[in-house]
Amino acid sequence: MNATPDTSPMGANRIIPSAPASSAGAESRISARDVTVHYGEKQAIFGVSMEVPEKSVTAFIGPSGCGKSTFLRCFNRMNDTIEGCRVGGEITIDGEDIHRPSLDVVELRARVGMVFQKPNPFPKSIYDNIAYGPRIHGLVKSKAETDALVESSLKKAGLWKEVSDRLDQPGTGLSGGQQQRLCIARTIATGPEVILMDEPCSALDPIATSIVEDLIHELREQYTIIIVTHSMQQAARVSQKTAFFHLGKLIEYGETEQIFVNPREKQTEAYITGRIG
Amino acid sequence: MTSVLIAALALILMGVAYQQGVSRSRALAGASRLHSRPQYHGAFLALWATVPLLFVLLIWVVTSGMIQDWYIASQIPAEILPGTTEYASAAARLRNIASGFGVAGEIAPWEAEAGEGLARFMTILRLSIVALGALLGVAGLLVMRARLSPRLRARNHVETVIKTVLIFCSIVAILTTIGIVVSLVTETVRFFTYVSPVDFFFGTVWNPGYSTTSNEASGSYGMLPLLAGTVMISAIAMLVALPVGLMSAIWLTQYATPRLRNVIKPVIEVLAGIPTIVYGFFALVTVGPALSAFGDFIGFGINATSALTAGIVMGIMIIPFISSLSDDIIRQVPRAMRDGSLGLGATKSETIRMVIVPAALPGIVGAILLAVSRAIGETMIVVLAAGNAPILRFDPTEPVSTFTVTIVTALTGDADFASPQSLVAFALGLTLFVITLMLNIGALVIVRKYREQYE
Repeated sequence: MNATPDTSPMGANRIIPSAPASSAGAESRISARDVTVHYGEKQAIFGVSMEVPEKSVTAFIGPSGCGKSTFLRCFNRMNDTIEGCRVGGEITIDGEDIHRPSLDVVELRARVGMVFQKPNPFPKSIYDNIAYGPRIHGLVKSKAETDALVESSLKKAGLWKEVSDRLDQPGTGLSGGQQQRLCIARTIATGPEVILMDEPCSALDPIATSIVEDLIHELREQYTIIIVTHSMQQAARVSQKTAFFHLGKLIEYGETEQIFVNPREKQTEAYITGRIG
Repeated sequence: MTSVLIAALALILMGVAYQQGVSRSRALAGASRLHSRPQYHGAFLALWATVPLLFVLLIWVVTSGMIQDWYIASQIPAEILPGTTEYASAAARLRNIASGFGVAGEIAPWEAEAGEGLARFMTILRLSIVALGALLGVAGLLVMRARLSPRLRARNHVETVIKTVLIFCSIVAILTTIGIVVSLVTETVRFFTYVSPVDFFFGTVWNPGYSTTSNEASGSYGMLPLLAGTVMISAIAMLVALPVGLMSAIWLTQYATPRLRNVIKPVIEVLAGIPTIVYGFFALVTVGPALSAFGDFIGFGINATSALTAGIVMGIMIIPFISSLSDDIIRQVPRAMRDGSLGLGATKSETIRMVIVPAALPGIVGAILLAVSRAIGETMIVVLAAGNAPILRFDPTEPVSTFTVTIVTALTGDADFASPQSLVAFALGLTLFVITLMLNIGALVIVRKYREQYE
């Protein structure tokens, strides 16, 4: 069994000191302390604690059903939308508890954007897909502002060149990879600080995957990104930090290179070498 | 009688044949492996024993009337010419004597003799039909029993029969529809020999003259007042049902907790189970007088029986229809769509207004069209609550009449079925049928288009 007791929040943090210079000075933006999640009677997450550094990519890996997606959804409180789901423990972003009663969950989700597993553009035009978030949050006041925001969001998502001449076409008509980048652009448009990605490439072909990975690489300079992935190669390619989950517990969390080259826990090693999962 | 006998015979044969098939194939199984399990051999034999029998029964059902008519024709004296009313009544008398039903007046000696002859003839015929059926069944059983072998593909044969039965069932449904349409069309064509289609479709006055002496058309048969009444009541019904039904569907799918939904949804659906005649009472006894009193209160004359009363009550009747259809359609909108919107920080109601309802809109439009076609065809509520006043006017507080009400009055009076006063019912029925058919096709096309979007 897991040697790290799930009651100890320090279990995960022990590993951090080995970090190389690149993230040593980074201030931690997101911190989770002893987070638990229950679906009805069933417990899905057992006391997970971690610090996610700013402006970097953190990957969650682990076998199916290990709770990595569930844990990801805690950061923008998307678990609230699932009936019978209860979240315990504490999560702070910039030192603010996201479960405090005075927090506006709608505003939280604008600050912590989310990209889903399957590309889910709305059945609206490409333009309206991007403008949707800014409009509901009142971020744009005029047509010109909206135009500018749509353009800059699409440019950041690397989609502008491909769709600039057909912004009025339905977003559902794009290819899978383009749809996923549209969803990323849509998320960027609300001006988030954090972007959560739940297996964003699992429905895409290898070429579209590599384009999205390049995009994640660029976005890292402006946003704090947490990505859940099934592919260990992807985690190795895009992330600076990696967390390995198993059966709802955080087994190991550290620099990506260290996790893949020199894992400390036996279970991590077993997963990475393909023996579990 | 014959049918019962044949059915009993068929059941017995079926049981025996099945038993034979199973036991015989079991015996064969000793030699080599069976292609099909013994049960299939049993079913195979049972089918061969009963299908010929049922075929004979079918032929009997179709032809017995014709055979009887042929026998009667041979008995009726030559001076009564076929095709006259005297001939028809003589034939009816013979049939009634033969069946022991009894007839009015004196029975002439030739009638008594012919009636008895007819009864005897039909009895012999029936018995021989039963015998023929039994013979064929037993023959089928024996011949096919001899053909049982381990290699017999009984399983595949049974499959073929099942497929044929399924095809036959769907053909029955199609033929029934065609039959209804054909009868509607022929009667409508007969009606149009009395009244010109132009007067019917574009006439603004509905005032069929009832004449007891002739079958000539008197009065006017313009359907526009009825169309206006139908459209007005349906429109009022939709104004009531649409907002209530749609919003309750949205609440049920998006806001209600599962426990609450499990209570509320069946309660709403109980509304759909109330017989429409009961809605009719409700309109007549409760809603009509209440509306009328309310009209007096605000100084505005509202008739107790009016388009408004019928429309409101019909709207209540349609609420569960709209709400459960929309419920299904809204549920079909992928959860990913909802999550995408919530994940961008939209509130629940923003998500519903801007993402879920637009995505479900084609399906909702389909549901609305289906509901409208129900409203147009609805009868009992309007019979009781609309006031039956076929006058072209557009004031919902006045009594109106509709297609369905007029059809009821045309066919329930004591007018001759061949008179234009009754035949007009078929013309109205056909018009109603075409309108609802169009709405249903429109709804189907829209719903299908919507389905393609997510698959």
